[in-house]
Amino acid sequence: MSQLEIKNLHVSIEDKEILKGLSLTINQGEIHAIMGPNGTGKSTLAYTLMGHPNYTVTEGEIIFKDQNVLELEPDERSRAGIFLAFQYPVAIPGVTVANFLRTALNARRRAVNPEDKGMPILEFRKMLKEKMEMLKMDHAFAGRYLNDGFSGGEKKRAEILQMAALKPEMAILDETDSGLDIDALRIVSEGVNALSGPDLGVLVITHYQRLLNYIKPNFVHIMLDGRIVESGGADLALHLEEQGYDWVREKYEETAEA
Amino acid sequence: MQEKPKVSVTRTRSDSAAKEFSFTAESIPAGGLKDIRARAWDAFIKFSMPITTDEAWRRTDLRFLPAADFKIPKDGAFEDLARVPENLLRPLTGEQHGGQITLLPGGSRVELDPALVSKGVVFTDIHTAEREHAELLNRLIGQVVKPEDGKFAALASALAGNGVLLYVPKNVIVETPLHSILWGPGVDLAHFSHLIVYVEDGASVTYVHEAASPNETGHAMHAGIVEIHVGKDASLRFVELQSWGRHVWNFSHERAHVERGGNLDWIFGAVGSRLTKNFSDLDLAGEGAQGRMSGFYFTDGTQHLDHDTQQNHLAPHTTSDLLFKGALKGKSRSVWQGMIYVAPGAQKTDGYQANRNLVLDDQSRADSIPGLEILADDVRCTHGATVGKLEKEPLFYLKSRGIPQADAERLVVEGFFDPIMQRIPFEGVRERFQQAIQDKLSG
Repeated sequence: MSQLEIKNLHVSIEDKEILKGLSLTINQGEIHAIMGPNGTGKSTLAYTLMGHPNYTVTEGEIIFKDQNVLELEPDERSRAGIFLAFQYPVAIPGVTVANFLRTALNARRRAVNPEDKGMPILEFRKMLKEKMEMLKMDHAFAGRYLNDGFSGGEKKRAEILQMAALKPEMAILDETDSGLDIDALRIVSEGVNALSGPDLGVLVITHYQRLLNYIKPNFVHIMLDGRIVESGGADLALHLEEQGYDWVREKYEETAEA
Repeated sequence: MQEKPKVSVTRTRSDSAAKEFSFTAESIPAGGLKDIRARAWDAFIKFSMPITTDEAWRRTDLRFLPAADFKIPKDGAFEDLARVPENLLRPLTGEQHGGQITLLPGGSRVELDPALVSKGVVFTDIHTAEREHAELLNRLIGQVVKPEDGKFAALASALAGNGVLLYVPKNVIVETPLHSILWGPGVDLAHFSHLIVYVEDGASVTYVHEAASPNETGHAMHAGIVEIHVGKDASLRFVELQSWGRHVWNFSHERAHVERGGNLDWIFGAVGSRLTKNFSDLDLAGEGAQGRMSGFYFTDGTQHLDHDTQQNHLAPHTTSDLLFKGALKGKSRSVWQGMIYVAPGAQKTDGYQANRNLVLDDQSRADSIPGLEILADDVRCTHGATVGKLEKEPLFYLKSRGIPQADAERLVVEGFFDPIMQRIPFEGVRERFQQAIQDKLSG
């Protein structure tokens, strides 16, 4: 069973500590949600898991399938099975969705066998067509430049399309609901649900509870000031929806100051 | 008032300018072009070597040009030099060409489809043209690019032993593309070339010219002229590729004259040479004339490429569209300086120019200098110039999908060049550019 284990993670950006000893274990087949107010380090966690160069791990460990993730480059992490759906997907002008996805898939094949000739074009097209239909995407999408001029909804859908094509074992969804209207939110969530199952671990990072109406978590964690302060089941998210974050702040910020 | 000590600094001319060439009037080839060659020689000896205080040469320094060392290849010199690689002889714009000319140091080879000969198409080297098409050649040469346009124009005009005359008669449509290769191997040699392309009214042709040489130790130079005439309602697609060896100092003066309703699609690809200074002018001389200029360049090492372009709208309702895109690696440098000129009375013209650069290393540098000079009042002219770096976020994004660093960089660079590729209607030329991107990135 692949398992992502985060132990006492401390992360700084430009010498400012953002994560202050975060621990979390996610097993394949489980859906975890991390919620928390803005500025508590949720996106820092996402970027750190993927290996963004601006984030420095000063202490702690990230283990995935018995490998030390911190020793891996972002591309190696991806090929090991970790996927990050970006909150702000980056535009790559001049590179089509199809060209990009084919390059990404072929990089996986070549990592296994350096002599690999790449995925046959017909097989690739068939796969891409299926995945796009699942996400109710126009076929012309494959020929557009990646994230270049995409609407908010298109960007998020393109992230889930990549997830569907790359078949990760551990997916981190960073604020995938932000900027989506209710229809787009439903389509994206249905996509994620179609992909989830016993082979996929999911970490949903979100500010609002509404995404969790569509993607049902097994575990909900509340993050505050660089740490997980409360963990529980799906009902914890509902509780947050009703009560807001103030009670969490009161409970933990005072203890932190005491 | 205190008197300052007098300090005088004198700098002799030899410190700031390259040595002069050692060619003499005896270097002028014999043959039917002696009048224009004599005129060009007179112009040449009047020009001093360009220095960086000359506006057009401000960013391109010739102080290290070993001018005095260059000699003109003797007849048959190619027999003792590196041979032209087979891959350069393959067609780039279709299944086969209608004609091919290989220009070599001290020699040339010409092939032309007899069907085109029977239509009156002339596609031959300059020596054959002097013998067999003397009247036509003398009528066309020196009309678009004049020997007086600059020192290197004068030099090439006077001394060019290699060259091409392409003449397409009125209303003749040449279906199969024509191809020429200027192959310039050897060191301490000066290669000169003179291309004359004359497309008569209503005619149409595609022509690809490539200049190339292997990398060698030492120095060599090339000075070339390209003269293009596109007649009324005529159409020319002209591709020129430059892959000179790293030891070559390359200079060219090029100008296209487009008549009423004529259309020129002009594509440049430059990846070679030690130093290049290229003047390319587009004269839209007749009403409704159109010209598109698309440039691809990629420099690395210590290469220096300087492209000077001019879009001259001389008549109403003319359209020009220029896009030059370049990537730079290592300590290389590129210069693009462009000007759109709209003459008085050239109303309803539409001029566009853009130059985009992608600097891949901290030590490489791109200068991008657009310019407009508009003397008519009802025109639309736009321009843009950018110099950007390879950014971290796109690379991280691509890597997060499992794409290794080198492939991620290649994708971003290919994406950057895509707008140029979209403008090139020839698969073979696009492939050549893609290969150049691969080679430069992995080199």
